[in-house]
Amino acid sequence: MSAPEPMISVRHLWKVFGSNPEKIIGSADAGLSRTELRAKTGNTIAVRDVSFDVAPGEVFVVMGLSGSGKSTLVRCMTRLIEPTHGELELEGEDILKADDKRLRELRRTRFSMVFQHFGLLPHREVIDNIAYSLEINGVGKEARHARANEVIDLVGLQGYAHAYPEQLSGGMQQRVGLARALAVDPQVLFLDEPFSALDPLIRRDMQAEVIRLHHELGKTMVFITHDLAEAVKLGDRIAIMRDGAVVQIGTPEQLVAEPADDYVANFVRDFPKSHVLTLRWIARPLADGEDLSGPVLLPTLSVRDAARQVLEAGTVARIMDGDKLLGVVGAQDILSVIAGASN
Amino acid sequence: MFTGHRARKRTAYVLLVGAVTFALSTGGSAQAGYTRAAAKCGTVNLADNAWVGYEANLAVVAYVLKNNLGCKVVVKNISEEISWQGFQSGQVDAILENWGHEDLAKKYITTQKVAVDLGPTGNKGIIGWYVVPWMAKKYPDILNYKNLNKYASMFKNSESGSMGAFLDGDPSYVTNDEALIKNLKLNFKVIYTGSEAALITSFRAAEAQKKPMIGYFYEPQWFLAQVPLKHVTLPAYTPGCDADAKKVACDYPPYVLNKVARAKFMTSGSPAATVIKNFTWTNEDQNSVAKSLAVDKLSDDAAAKIWVTAHAAQVKAWIGK
Amino acid sequence: MSTTVLEKTPLKSEQSPKRKLSLTGRRSAFLSVFFLVFAIAFRGKATLPLDRSSLTGFQESLNSLSAWIDNNRDSNPFFTTFVNVVRNSIEWLVNFFQHGISQSGDSRIIPQIGWLGVVVIIGCVVYAISNFRMSLFAMSGFVVLGLLGFWQESMDTLVLTMAAVLLSLIIGIPLGVLAGLFPKFENFLTPALDFAQVMPTFVYLTPVTLFFLIGPASATIVTLIYAVPPALRITAVAIKEVPWSSVEAAVSMGSTRWQALRKVQLPQAKRTIVVGINQTIMAALSMVTIAALIDAPGLGQVVVRALESLDVGRSFQAGLGIVILAVVLDRSTTAAASKVDSGNIVNESRRSRKTILTVLGVIALLGILTSRIFSWAGAFPGSGLLGAKISTWVNNYVNWFQMHFVSITNDITNVVSYGLINPMQTLLTQSPWFITGLAFVGLSWIFGGKPLAAISTFCVLAIVGTGLWSDTMVTLASTLVAAIITVALGILVGTWIGRNKKADRWIRPILDAGQVLPAFVYLVPFLGLFGATRFTAIMAAVVYAAPASIKLMADGIRGVPATIIEAATAAGSSPWQMIIKVQIPSARRALALATNQGIIYVLAMIVVGGLVGAGGLGYLVVAGFSQENLKGKGLAAGLAIVLLGIMLDRITQAIAHKSSKGLSSAAH
Repeated sequence: MSAPEPMISVRHLWKVFGSNPEKIIGSADAGLSRTELRAKTGNTIAVRDVSFDVAPGEVFVVMGLSGSGKSTLVRCMTRLIEPTHGELELEGEDILKADDKRLRELRRTRFSMVFQHFGLLPHREVIDNIAYSLEINGVGKEARHARANEVIDLVGLQGYAHAYPEQLSGGMQQRVGLARALAVDPQVLFLDEPFSALDPLIRRDMQAEVIRLHHELGKTMVFITHDLAEAVKLGDRIAIMRDGAVVQIGTPEQLVAEPADDYVANFVRDFPKSHVLTLRWIARPLADGEDLSGPVLLPTLSVRDAARQVLEAGTVARIMDGDKLLGVVGAQDILSVIAGASN
Repeated sequence: MFTGHRARKRTAYVLLVGAVTFALSTGGSAQAGYTRAAAKCGTVNLADNAWVGYEANLAVVAYVLKNNLGCKVVVKNISEEISWQGFQSGQVDAILENWGHEDLAKKYITTQKVAVDLGPTGNKGIIGWYVVPWMAKKYPDILNYKNLNKYASMFKNSESGSMGAFLDGDPSYVTNDEALIKNLKLNFKVIYTGSEAALITSFRAAEAQKKPMIGYFYEPQWFLAQVPLKHVTLPAYTPGCDADAKKVACDYPPYVLNKVARAKFMTSGSPAATVIKNFTWTNEDQNSVAKSLAVDKLSDDAAAKIWVTAHAAQVKAWIGK
Repeated sequence: MSTTVLEKTPLKSEQSPKRKLSLTGRRSAFLSVFFLVFAIAFRGKATLPLDRSSLTGFQESLNSLSAWIDNNRDSNPFFTTFVNVVRNSIEWLVNFFQHGISQSGDSRIIPQIGWLGVVVIIGCVVYAISNFRMSLFAMSGFVVLGLLGFWQESMDTLVLTMAAVLLSLIIGIPLGVLAGLFPKFENFLTPALDFAQVMPTFVYLTPVTLFFLIGPASATIVTLIYAVPPALRITAVAIKEVPWSSVEAAVSMGSTRWQALRKVQLPQAKRTIVVGINQTIMAALSMVTIAALIDAPGLGQVVVRALESLDVGRSFQAGLGIVILAVVLDRSTTAAASKVDSGNIVNESRRSRKTILTVLGVIALLGILTSRIFSWAGAFPGSGLLGAKISTWVNNYVNWFQMHFVSITNDITNVVSYGLINPMQTLLTQSPWFITGLAFVGLSWIFGGKPLAAISTFCVLAIVGTGLWSDTMVTLASTLVAAIITVALGILVGTWIGRNKKADRWIRPILDAGQVLPAFVYLVPFLGLFGATRFTAIMAAVVYAAPASIKLMADGIRGVPATIIEAATAAGSSPWQMIIKVQIPSARRALALATNQGIIYVLAMIVVGGLVGAGGLGYLVVAGFSQENLKGKGLAAGLAIVLLGIMLDRITQAIAHKSSKGLSSAAH
């Protein structure tokens, strides 16, 4: 799963709020708990030594509870908040060294952001909101309106081009936010809890939209959320944050199957494993009394999707990766995952 | 803060403090002061109108009343209109310098009979048209109204359009300037600056910056000691030529400035009434005291003392001794 | 692509706001063109000019009215009983305070409570209502007043202000509560309040002294008229702001309406009511110099007298005293408001509060006693050397400034006068009155529909009825220019300090000074720099009105939701693009409010403008004040100012309301 060069490269990123942020890094105080550190020095560590790569075309989800630092992290990545320390590269270019002009250019053309509370300009029509980035980049009215209309079609806002934000529901407003972000055809899309402010049903629709857009356009996405179900649904890989540090990075199955510590385990405990775990994880060697006459199933099939076939088969199913036999899965294995037995 | 049980105690404390304060403040007032003379003279209410010439009159009269007669002098800083009104309500006893105001005289002296004319103060008011000194020096013929049209365009400013600007001042000084300009066929427009401060500042600035300016002004005025404005001659005044305000085409009459007092005050037998009735002096007298007040910035009493000490005999005559 | 049933469908029955706005925009443009075309085509006709010294029939009748009042003052029972009672009670109140802290009593040379006592009392009171830092601040402010050499005068001003404020609150707060509870009552009161706030004080100065005689009663009443409206209005708003759900909860638990008022609404409204008290004090202080014209003692007297000899330094000295008083009272009452807000009861125990108050009371008593016993603590020591120094310094500085900059300022005067004021004035005065009137009515109808159009029609016709249409147009021209400059400043400076906290900190005191410093103080320097012109009047108005505009705009800029700023930053906006494309458009409501308030404040300076060359209605009011036969005209001018003010106020409010329609979802 490793591309030749990561789209985004984050190395040892720190963000400390307070009067002497740089001093905290590398000092003994860094080891103190948040309250202790605040009481002692008046500083707060929001992002603590975070490193990861994001591959091109990947949906990289950063997940955590409130206060975990995820919102600060994503803002550091676009320099809406200036990191205290660390390295940040976009396609090999050092973002932290970019001057104001270059930064603006990057923001206008290379990456975009979608916000939890939409951030639409209330005095502009939908089409002018969408065209905003193009407008500030000097694109002429006809050209940017044409592009905006393209994107309106893309996100399903046909007919609303001349409406005002206040006339739209939350879901529609966020579509505008999405459209605005896509209008400049960025390489990376940053989404900060974009659906947290929406009703559950709308949220589901919007998640489906994001998945569809990702399939159609293949954009790299960094997606922030506090909802595990959302993370699993959308993410290729998930980074779990706690108290500013990254606890574990992995695919959904990795998190569910091999949680790095009790915190992660607790996190994923209530999530139905069968939706996430694939047969690869529960495939086991052939046991006595079993034969290889059962159906062949792909290792990437989730337990839930495979359940019916395995249960109906009557015998164990063979899990094949091409010609290689990885193992077998029987009804008992399926049921134990579904019943949620602890590891 | 003042509701609830706890607050009621608070309120009690505040009231206690207030009550003690009140008790202390009304207790123990000792009598002191001018008992003997006070019985003779009493309180005199003098109007104080807002120009320095008047202040000069007031400073000297008040000084004499206080120091020589032991009166209690109460000064009321009010406009002329309200001063005359004070005769009716009994709150003002005397106006020490009055410029004309025939309408007010008719109302309060003739009709209501609450006021009396005490005769001249000895100051002669000369209202007229004045130009800044540098212009008079450079264009001596400008001092005759007949030549004004020749220079009219020089007086143009942002307020006067295509005509020359003629500046008027405080609206309480009744003027005939609009009619005069019209009837003398002069190419000027009256600019109502609205206050004496505006008028004086304009004259001062014009002289300092060597800009043309012509406007309404009058003597006696302390300002003339600083910037000696030059009088422009208009057709001479003849009695009756200003009877019809719209047809005026002659110069202003010389004003005999007079004193006006409350009728009942004059018959009260107060020695102050005598002083005020007898008070007269010259333009030079007033100008010198006015200068002390406005230019040297002395206090009323200090300025008055200088003059009174130098003119003790005259003061004695006022008191009637 | 799911547009499920749960989503709003826009463009239903209501028209898109943009369409509406561009509709108003298009209509306004059409109206302007219509106005210009007809105004120029028919210029010079039906302009209703009136000679300076002539009076119309209406104005003559006002003359007779005032004459009638004159004659009947002593005989009419209404006057003798009611008026006298009012006058005597107010005089008693003021004299009580005066004997306490300012004027010499009959026989003592120093007042009952000397300067030390007053300072200590102030310290204790301010500490009780806010905090220690504020009480130190207040005490030092008062000491500075003494150092300026104006202790006696400051106390006089304080006494009058306090008496007026006390009475304003006694009248204003209960009525405000009623107005808050009963909208019909509020509607009934509104025209009277508008009148009281917009009618120039000059107009009713003489009639008030006629009824209430020269003395503290008149001065207090004149101040009252101006100070009651803020107390009333803000209290009404405070009551209305209390969420209805709180009252509902109380009623559902069995409270009567009266209990709900006392236990729910009033406590929750407390903070805003304290803001109302603050505004009342500010309004009262702004009357100080005008009250001096009817013999009110205090700092106002010093200012007026200094002006007779054009002693700018001395008038500045006294003006500074007024500013100090204003700042001390303003900050103390504001601090009291935030203390109320933060629930002081939670932090202090019952007992400690009691102890604190007792200790304060004892300290105050000690202060009073000391000031009575020791002469150094009684009359303020020193001869005000600090004040004299300031006075000389100011005079020198003003002269220097005038010498060096007068040519530049003269040029500015000419450019603005010839380029902006004259064209505007010519346009307004030379067009037929019904064309201009129609333009007003049309504008009202576009932005406020039929009700506003009706009000404007009434105002236009009434102004014509006063006989002063031409002068009103002259005043309107200057007012509009002043308003334009004020709003421009509001946008420029307001945006700047809204974005920049540091700038805000040091600009704000300048703004406060501009609002509180008596205009008379800076009139003379302005006269020196700009001459006796309409421009000077406009400058004076701008000094007074711009601070309010600037503060409102800054507030609007700061109020733009952070999400929008973030989104625009993330999209790559440069600072300039952020200001022009995001912040100012989002602050549209604040901008409209800043315009409305700017115009109101400018109107308040019309009469002052008349004292420095503005002509028009302002001059007529001053003239009516000084000349017997012009009294009726002066009164009519006052009426015209009120009518103009009401019309402009309502129209700008309607524009504000319309422009905020597109902004109710500020994307939260």
